[in-house]
Amino acid sequence: MNKPQNTIASTDRRDFLKVSLGLALTSTGSVSMMSFASATASGSLNAYVHIDTDGSITIFGPNPEVGQGVNTSLPMIVAEELDASWDDVVCKAAPVAQQYGMQFAGGSLSIPMRWDEMRKVGAIARDMLCQAAAKDWEVPKDQLVTNRSVVSHPPTGRQAPYSDLVAAASLLPVPAQDTISLKTPDQYRLLGKRVPNASAQDIATGKPIFGIDASTPGMVYASFVKCPAIGGVAKSANLTAVKSLPGVIDAFIVDGTPGPYNFDIRESFAVQSGVAIVAKNTWAAFKARDSLEVQWDLSSASTDDSDVIEAQALAALASEKMQSEIERTGDVDTAFATASLTVDATYSTDFVSHAQLEPQGVLVSAATADVQVWTSSQTPVFITQNLSKLLDVTPESITVHQLRGGGGFGRRLSNEYVFEAALISRRIGAPVKLQWKREDDMAFDYFRAPTYYRLQGAIDRNGKLTGWKNLVAAASADGEKANYGAGYRAFDFPGKVIPNVAIGQSFVPSKTPTGAWRAPISNVYAFAEQSFIAEMAHNADQDHRDFLLDAIGDQGWIKEGDMASLNTERARAVIETATKAAGWGRKLAEGRGLGLAFFLSHSGHIAEVAEVSVEGKRITVHDVWVAADVGQVVNLSGLENQLQGSVVDGLSTMAAQTITIKNGAIVQSNYDQYPLLRMPQSPRVHVEVVDSGYRPTGAGEPALPPLAPAVCNAVFNACGERIRALPISKAGFTIV
Amino acid sequence: MATININGTEHSFKDVDPTMPLLWALRDIAGMQGVKYGCGVGQCGACTVWLDGMATRSCQLKVGSLDGRSVTTIEGLSSGSLHPLQQAWIEHDVAQCGYCQAGQIMSAAALLERKPRPTDDDIDNAMAGNLCRCGTYGRIKSAIRAASETKMASDLFYDAMEAAEVSA
Repeated sequence: MNKPQNTIASTDRRDFLKVSLGLALTSTGSVSMMSFASATASGSLNAYVHIDTDGSITIFGPNPEVGQGVNTSLPMIVAEELDASWDDVVCKAAPVAQQYGMQFAGGSLSIPMRWDEMRKVGAIARDMLCQAAAKDWEVPKDQLVTNRSVVSHPPTGRQAPYSDLVAAASLLPVPAQDTISLKTPDQYRLLGKRVPNASAQDIATGKPIFGIDASTPGMVYASFVKCPAIGGVAKSANLTAVKSLPGVIDAFIVDGTPGPYNFDIRESFAVQSGVAIVAKNTWAAFKARDSLEVQWDLSSASTDDSDVIEAQALAALASEKMQSEIERTGDVDTAFATASLTVDATYSTDFVSHAQLEPQGVLVSAATADVQVWTSSQTPVFITQNLSKLLDVTPESITVHQLRGGGGFGRRLSNEYVFEAALISRRIGAPVKLQWKREDDMAFDYFRAPTYYRLQGAIDRNGKLTGWKNLVAAASADGEKANYGAGYRAFDFPGKVIPNVAIGQSFVPSKTPTGAWRAPISNVYAFAEQSFIAEMAHNADQDHRDFLLDAIGDQGWIKEGDMASLNTERARAVIETATKAAGWGRKLAEGRGLGLAFFLSHSGHIAEVAEVSVEGKRITVHDVWVAADVGQVVNLSGLENQLQGSVVDGLSTMAAQTITIKNGAIVQSNYDQYPLLRMPQSPRVHVEVVDSGYRPTGAGEPALPPLAPAVCNAVFNACGERIRALPISKAGFTIV
Repeated sequence: MATININGTEHSFKDVDPTMPLLWALRDIAGMQGVKYGCGVGQCGACTVWLDGMATRSCQLKVGSLDGRSVTTIEGLSSGSLHPLQQAWIEHDVAQCGYCQAGQIMSAAALLERKPRPTDDDIDNAMAGNLCRCGTYGRIKSAIRAASETKMASDLFYDAMEAAEVSA
């Protein structure tokens, strides 16, 4: 990446207008706070903006920061409408409180769900500052202008910094939302520019800002040992021997709550049974595990075997077994009977783990009636209610503090480690820092489910895709519905686009817990669908891009005004942009190939082209071009970073990541058996942002799904081998 | 009992299990939490510090074996102003979650100490031990290249100043 061209320059001079603040001081005598009526009309008060006497403007980001940049981008939206100088802005994580609404990070939703609210919060604040100035200067409010944290009145030349006006402004009634006008995109000064992550300096200097860094006086350290076969129950253990080890304070069995351990982030406070070791430091707790011997009751434990799950799923697809229909449109039988060409291929993906760099850990103080939780959860909003049920205390007695998460990717949506720590803290009577080992994190994940798709396409004599069948085999704990992330979700394409579509599923038994993994279902289904479209184009002797554009068609919005819906114009634009940037159709050296894929997920229309070379089974991914339309750009640098990172993460996952299961237990335990992509393997990533002017949508997930099919399509074009199973290491391929 | 010089200050690890990895001694005993736990088996590089100037995995060093040695952590990489790499990390907006970045910076800083103008291959080789699941490798490379230029310029400046002082 070249040096950013568009960065906000540090040219503000806030000192030249410094005037002291006299009112609305807090007990510290230095800070004033502006509170605004809820922009979500719930009637409670929100507090997002604090303006200090020194001119600094603190903006609270309500949603958890796990690397998606939301504690920079949400405050940017407020700052834009507030006309605050970004140099004055200090971004802070909001406390977890009802007035901040849905405080969670998932589904790439933070930006779209907060877009209107954050703009109104900023605009209302700006309006109140202008009202205060108008009153003081006895001038009409509509003659005032704001820029870089200053209100000015051009006819008289008067001006004042926000810090001078905030005291008077905060005493004014909060204006009604419908009296506030918002900017149009052509008026944006900050949105769309490149702004470095608000925590960049703290990160680069090693400040203790992550969940793992939390501490409180009197805290002790804990490790929690669960049954390798998921769901097994601790019956007894050599607790006396463990308690006598150096540094160990206590060891005891935690009964846990009854399974199954479903991925239920809203209601669940499930805790698996295990043995807690409480010690004076992390190492003493870890080391004591080597001496721990536990007798497990396996009667309710999982007996999963990933090889068996795969064999059963593939057999079900081969026999065309179907237990329930998911979608049907048109007349599929006729489309296939009259086709001049049919294509039939089965795709599969393995279980994978989240493997975020920061293993699960949390600090909980549940020893007294005042319960405190310090966590990097993606769903702090769901902790209070569930913890109150688990501990049988009132929700009001629980305080949850948000800390930065060392990667989320869906792993931190579930809060079971918080509940574990709470039970341990209550039993020991002290604040407990529970630290999962990497091995715990890999063994007790809510994994990405394995998926199996048998796709069939019918192409008529004009070379047009007219029929589509998808037979899905889904892992299922109860045999009636797919486990989380397994199976298929009704996407607009092909169901609403191709005239004749039939999609059905059957189930294979699996008790291994699965959950949301960056772009759930999309990230695996895109591989199957977009590889299959390339296969069909090849078999029909058509250019892949042309075939893809023709299949998507030109209906425009599939569901008018629904941002999550397919818009064929947006799709076309990104496909054309990516292929143009990559030089689609250019002549390549022997053993080189370009591959294309498009996917819509989380409202983001994304096309990617990969250029690879293949030598034997060794694949080098040289370049990836990403064209992305996620609507109005908020932070260009943050967006580019997400797109670049999604490419690397996608390549990392497709290369050699697989979780295998024997006797209900996870085989892999650490990065030596579960490799992440390393720098020498990572490609150059070229980003093309297509700004369609639509409302902004999230960027954390949608760029990941197209990566695997783009690379596999490129590999096919380079060497003629079609990869139909992920990771590609199963077919002997490696990324070098 | 091991006495270790950490960022220029002597720390005595009294009554500490000598088999405790330096990682946990730094985090839990010495209160330096810039160093991060990622894997505990020397695979991810999040715990990278310098031991006598060499980048190394602190999860693989037993604190009892380090008596008299010198350790530099991210907190001690630069006194006063930011290290050129830290500056470049901010300017290039490298981090996403940021958890691995202290380790990345310590590996990169060791590289620039021994090779002020690294080639792309040098960077790849020096950084191959540091994992980033957010996938910021491209930005890390750019930041290292930029810092290399800045550092070269400032080193030349200081060399010239020193030469001037000597000749004066």
